[in-house]
Amino acid sequence: MLEARDISVKYGGTTVLADANLRLSPGKITAIVGANGAGKTTLIKALNGAAPISAGEILLDGKAINSLSRSEIAREVAVVAQETESRFPVSVREFVLTGRFAYGSSFGWENERDIEAADRAIADCDLREFPDRLMNDLSGGERQRVVLARALASEGRVLLLDEPTANLDLANQTLMFRLVLERCRKQDYSAAIITHDLNLAAEFADEVVMLVKGRIVHSGKPAEILNAKNIREIFNVEVILDTNPSSGKARVTQVY
Amino acid sequence: MKRAAKIAMILIAVLAAAVAAALLFGAEWASPFSQDPGRQAIFFDIRLPRVLLGACVGASLAVAGAALQALLRNPLAEPYLLGVSNGAALGTMLAFVVFGNYVFARPLLAFTGAAAASVLVYSLAKTRAGMNVERLVLSGVIVTTFLSSVIIMLTTLLDAARLRSFTFWLLGDLSQATWSGVYLSFGAAVIATIILSSQSKALNLMMLGERDAVDFGVETGRVRLVVFGASSLVVGAAVAASGSVGYVGLIVPHLLRLAFGSDNRIVVPMSAIAGAAFVVLADLAARVAIAPRELPVGAVTALLGAPLFIYLLRKN
Repeated sequence: MLEARDISVKYGGTTVLADANLRLSPGKITAIVGANGAGKTTLIKALNGAAPISAGEILLDGKAINSLSRSEIAREVAVVAQETESRFPVSVREFVLTGRFAYGSSFGWENERDIEAADRAIADCDLREFPDRLMNDLSGGERQRVVLARALASEGRVLLLDEPTANLDLANQTLMFRLVLERCRKQDYSAAIITHDLNLAAEFADEVVMLVKGRIVHSGKPAEILNAKNIREIFNVEVILDTNPSSGKARVTQVY
Repeated sequence: MKRAAKIAMILIAVLAAAVAAALLFGAEWASPFSQDPGRQAIFFDIRLPRVLLGACVGASLAVAGAALQALLRNPLAEPYLLGVSNGAALGTMLAFVVFGNYVFARPLLAFTGAAAASVLVYSLAKTRAGMNVERLVLSGVIVTTFLSSVIIMLTTLLDAARLRSFTFWLLGDLSQATWSGVYLSFGAAVIATIILSSQSKALNLMMLGERDAVDFGVETGRVRLVVFGASSLVVGAAVAASGSVGYVGLIVPHLLRLAFGSDNRIVVPMSAIAGAAFVVLADLAARVAIAPRELPVGAVTALLGAPLFIYLLRKN
């Protein structure tokens, strides 16, 4: 379990995250929503120990995260960042295998267990057809699936996803959320997902956290906090809320 | 692992053939078995140290280039283009002018110059948003130009005879090879290849992005320090012995990536073997192209490297 207690992050004297409390429990998906620049990515980075906190503490299975090495954290926490284009030709399989770095010696080559974990992740993310294709030859949706496969190959049981569905088509957006949901429900993973899509958050998340200017202003079950007043507060837009007839979950429609 | 061993065997065979050819051929044919003591002397006293030094220098520059490219996420990063070689050249010249022939001063100041140039280029190129190709190349150009000006100012302190040999040395020249230079370069090349290869798995992640590397368990600050340190050491030793042989660190890793993919566990160590073969062959070409006169080996590598640099820049 990953837990943030009253954490703050400062960049050069400016507070970008203040007094944030968050608990990622096994089996649950937490959606993090907020306007651009609200501190969502900083929160994910802090949860992973990659952004230095100026106050509070982050506990990974009860241990302070800053007392752990990067490898120890990487074996427990897997990150899906917004993907970047590589200038080097890297195959899908090579890319996914980099997710196993924390398990081997720095000199070493992958062992059978590493290859097994990578192959399983490749299969889970529906990438079996192109392990030898180059990353730069894939479509945006395929690439994002490979980035998720690498996170799954690392076998970290806490998934942190930074806008994994940005630039994806509808089918790929749903697929990404389904893959994460499956890991959470069936294997007790916990996940935090940054998303701008409130309908996906309503559909798949167990909890929604709303950030405004570096502060968590609302958190709770989607049905409780996804309302017109809160959405106006964080995005400054008007919305109509009703119920999705197919799932019975909240449905958000923006008024233009 | 098996694949790496196979590739290593092929490249070692190529290196052995290159060394044999470079020892036997030149302006004059030479052989260790010749009855003519003159030809024997050419073989043992002139060609052997020269060819071995070429191999060590090639290994050094190529392995440093391969590691720097992965670290800086830029296929254009190369000791010569980043100003690291010129930093080492300035260090060597300062040692020569200030400390004369004191044996350790040249490699020591060459290393210091290379390390200082690496840190300077890195800090000029880095911004809060990261580092882009143009900024890194421009920073390299600025540092290289500045250091070249200082080197030229220092050459005014030399007399005419030494000025000619220095000009050749600056372009990258193996004709002054000595056994002490061979030993020093060999030691530095072996140590740096082992150190840089030990970082190659981490470099596979660094190559994809700093955040990726941190997220998946790499202590990025430590890797950066080790790679900059080891490449400065090896470039310092190479430049102190043979001047600035350019583009080796660009051409060799690029060809290896084309042939074998981007896995740094193959590219970094194999660059050492392939780089050794490349410079030995380039020096052979430099010796025979306008025989009995010679070209500096750096002129040959630059002739091949500059068009590749333009091609890579356009591709990026």
